Amino acid sequence: MLPQAIDLHRVLPELIWSAFGVLVMLLQPFVRSRQFFSFLALFGSLAGTVAAATAFLHGGPGFHGLVQSDSFTFFFRLLVGSVSFLVVLAAGPYLDRERLPIAEFYALLFFATAGMGVLASAQELLTAFIGLEMSSISSYVLAGYRRDSLKSSESAMKYFLLGSFATAFFLYGIALVYGATGTTLLDKMALSDGTSTLLKLGLAMILIGLGFKVAAAPFQVWTPDVYEGAPTPVTALFSAGPKAAAFALLLRIFATVPAATKYWFWAFWVLAALTMFAGNLGALVQTNMKRLLAYSSIAHAGYILVAFAAVTSMAQGGSEEAAPAYAAVLFYLLSYALVKLGAFTIVSQLGGAGEKNLSIDDYAGLSERQPFVAAMLSIYLLSLLGLPVTAGFFGKFYIFKAAVNSHLISLAVLMAINSVIGAYYYLRVIVVMYMREPSAEAAAAGPVPFPIGVNAVLLITFVGTILFGVYPNPVINFILRPSLLAH
Amino acid sequence: MPSGGHLLSVLIFFPAVGAAALMMLRGDDHKVVGSIAMLIAVAEFLFSLLLLRSVPIGASGYQLEEFAKWIPAPPIHYHLGVDGISMFLVLLTAFLTPISVLASWHSIQNRVKEFFVMLLLLEVGVVGVFLSLDLFLFFLFWELMLIPMAFLIGIWGHERRVYAAVKFVLYTMAGSILMLVGIIWLYNATGTFDVPTIQQMLANGQLVLEPRTEMLLFLAFFVAFAIKVPLFPLHTWLPDAHVEAPTAGSVMLAGVLLKLGTYGMIRFCLPLFPEASHRAARWVAVLAIIGIIYGALVSLVQPNLKKLVAYSSVSHLGFVVLGIFAFHNISMQGAVFQMLAHGVSTGALFLLVGMLYDRRHTFEISEFGGLATPMPKLAAFFLFVALSSLGLPMLNGFVGEFLILLGTYQRHWGWAAWAALGVILSACYLLWSYQRVFFGDITREKNRPLPDVSARENWVLAIMAVVILWMGVGSPFITRRTAAATQTVMDQVEPQWAYEAAAHVKAKAHANHVSSYAAHTMSVKRLGTR
Repeated sequence: MLPQAIDLHRVLPELIWSAFGVLVMLLQPFVRSRQFFSFLALFGSLAGTVAAATAFLHGGPGFHGLVQSDSFTFFFRLLVGSVSFLVVLAAGPYLDRERLPIAEFYALLFFATAGMGVLASAQELLTAFIGLEMSSISSYVLAGYRRDSLKSSESAMKYFLLGSFATAFFLYGIALVYGATGTTLLDKMALSDGTSTLLKLGLAMILIGLGFKVAAAPFQVWTPDVYEGAPTPVTALFSAGPKAAAFALLLRIFATVPAATKYWFWAFWVLAALTMFAGNLGALVQTNMKRLLAYSSIAHAGYILVAFAAVTSMAQGGSEEAAPAYAAVLFYLLSYALVKLGAFTIVSQLGGAGEKNLSIDDYAGLSERQPFVAAMLSIYLLSLLGLPVTAGFFGKFYIFKAAVNSHLISLAVLMAINSVIGAYYYLRVIVVMYMREPSAEAAAAGPVPFPIGVNAVLLITFVGTILFGVYPNPVINFILRPSLLAH
Repeated sequence: MPSGGHLLSVLIFFPAVGAAALMMLRGDDHKVVGSIAMLIAVAEFLFSLLLLRSVPIGASGYQLEEFAKWIPAPPIHYHLGVDGISMFLVLLTAFLTPISVLASWHSIQNRVKEFFVMLLLLEVGVVGVFLSLDLFLFFLFWELMLIPMAFLIGIWGHERRVYAAVKFVLYTMAGSILMLVGIIWLYNATGTFDVPTIQQMLANGQLVLEPRTEMLLFLAFFVAFAIKVPLFPLHTWLPDAHVEAPTAGSVMLAGVLLKLGTYGMIRFCLPLFPEASHRAARWVAVLAIIGIIYGALVSLVQPNLKKLVAYSSVSHLGFVVLGIFAFHNISMQGAVFQMLAHGVSTGALFLLVGMLYDRRHTFEISEFGGLATPMPKLAAFFLFVALSSLGLPMLNGFVGEFLILLGTYQRHWGWAAWAALGVILSACYLLWSYQRVFFGDITREKNRPLPDVSARENWVLAIMAVVILWMGVGSPFITRRTAAATQTVMDQVEPQWAYEAAAHVKAKAHANHVSSYAAHTMSVKRLGTR
């Protein structure tokens, strides 16, 4: 069976991203100019993102139902495409500063993006597995991209070992599910007998595998080390892209397969509670910005899992009722990606050559040295904290709403408690920036330059954060379109 | 200028526009920056005076309503409105902001521009809270106001400013996040965030909350407000925040921010959860009375003058909470009046303490003594304000306390008896501390050459003194305008009270009746005490 043109069209973004990855690798020996690759990469990620729109306009199942190009897929392709576009913008100056080869970085980034796109569009478990592997393997390499840095190598090693372990779980889960249902297609699985122990076991394995990818407790221990060691633009990518893609798959599996849904409410409840506390309590004692943000990203995964608990508790009532909970997950991932990209980009730039200035103390008096940067970072942190007029506030609000809607008051209260714990460490950074005097060396060193690419990232993420914090309507309306939720 | 149409929006966003304009300026010339901030604050105050014309006496319900759709799902509206209670609180805010600007004229020396920007943004948040009729909008302003206040304390405060700022934010956030859960829960039950709509649904029986749910919801709101008030035992953030805040921060904090808590109780807790309010009233009253007496006792033994004033706020705000939860129209009116009176008197006290600090850089009472000799004018102002704070008849503190005790007595005489202890104690701690600071011989040589009030300080204090006196003798101007609004709250919280009242007079005339009665009893009492 040869693929039809329409099949190819429905995976066009992934094809474009992969093609650009290959193209960059092929050109690398012949072209010296670093700028050329930067522009190529920008163009490539943008082209894939645009292709996501045309793939959506000609939407529908592709390859006999292996992939699905619907508005859900479109949302996530847009998200991961934009993430990789912004990472390219931020990574250029970083790679120049650290004197790292540029072409390979972009090639790996393209493959990772393509993998995430596959994850978001997969409607079948083995396809999803391929996507997961594509994005994971590229990520392992990216994490160790600063070869001469010990931390970076440690990060790659840890990520690789634990990541492959988790992938094995995922694969084993697929095997068990196949054994129980005789299919790996999600929509066929939906019709199967949900009570079979084998199926439950398989889904549990899948949950563990994906739980690792989204850094849900108790599978989160790798996160701080990997985030800290990886080059900061890569950390930005990790916290925004693969996480969103893994959540997309998780949502597809556990929300579209009713048999899967019924039994998983408590699993998600416990995961959410554990993850929130693990992230927030861990973050309280951090002194390194990257680790702090890593723990905070664990905490945020916990908040998103609260919405998952809401989805799974509602699913019996039909997807109509669960719609706001889906919307909460999607909106949160968007707002969160914007903020984390912005924050990590600032951290990357302020880190200086060799990423030396990563301690929170290095941010002392930043408001006097670089008032705009301090103000931006404060806005990002306040958005993570969930204060109004930022996208993070609406993200949190929708999750609270989903939880209360599903009568998960206790979980909502746990989340509220966690928000307050979270407030403490986000505030600590703001306090250091605004209320402490800069150290003598920092004051003498003068402001850190912010190149145009970095400024562009900050501008885009900042405008997005405020815009969706004041007027989230377009996004919410798009997410709540019936077609997005009727799988 | 808009005289009706969008006055409320103008009131909320004018300081924001002003702050944005200020931000564009170069901040080198402190005088220019200060003058512009002052101009903005005064203009805002003048705008707020327009409210007086727009809220007719005796009119119940909200005036000058503005309504616009904002977010379709869930339906969140931009809904503003003002009634007798919120009008005066907005006036108070708009009055205290220029005062705060003047108070910071010399005492703020670094990052002056940012200071005034924060002060104006604080005003935006506070006015927004008072004028919002949509729970979501209300919450938004409630949270927004935190940031400028935290910065005011944390950047321009004294030694332990960072600790105080973080404590302030964490306490308030802890309460408000739970309130957010409560707001969403309420939305779930009603399908709207619109306060008047929810009140209507309650009134016509469309919405019946199960007792347990109602109690939990009540608590979710009440705890957030109680932290803000602050009600004993949630008050521990307050002394820290006050002592560390710069003078202007303290004035705004004591003058306006604490009132957000009591305002929230009047506007949301009572009307939305009447049954739960009744069931909780006894416990709330106990906490309020403990707060009154405890705050006063701690003030009595305070070696730190600013902390003394801070704890006196705990005591005075205890009266307000007691007045609210006595469910009597007179005590409710007293509570509203006391909110305003406390805002002015305690604001003035903090100004005076700040002036002492500017001169001596300490708050320790033991460092002062005999100050009346070098600065007789300041001493005179201090005495005047202290007397108003302890409730001397003719001055503003008396009216509120008296009405609260009068109303409470008619409901629960025991509560009033305990609370009256606070009146005595407040005289003790204020007069005793006054004696230690101003009377007698000069105990420290350093204090001998201290300058008396400057022209600027003189003006600020004179304005405050005039307002204090005016509120004391012209209280009906305020009570007449708040009567209808407090009566509406009473009707919502206690329908049978309105029923009783209707037996005596027609329901409409009742509001005027109560206030004239209150004014009458007051004048009787005044004659008696003379």
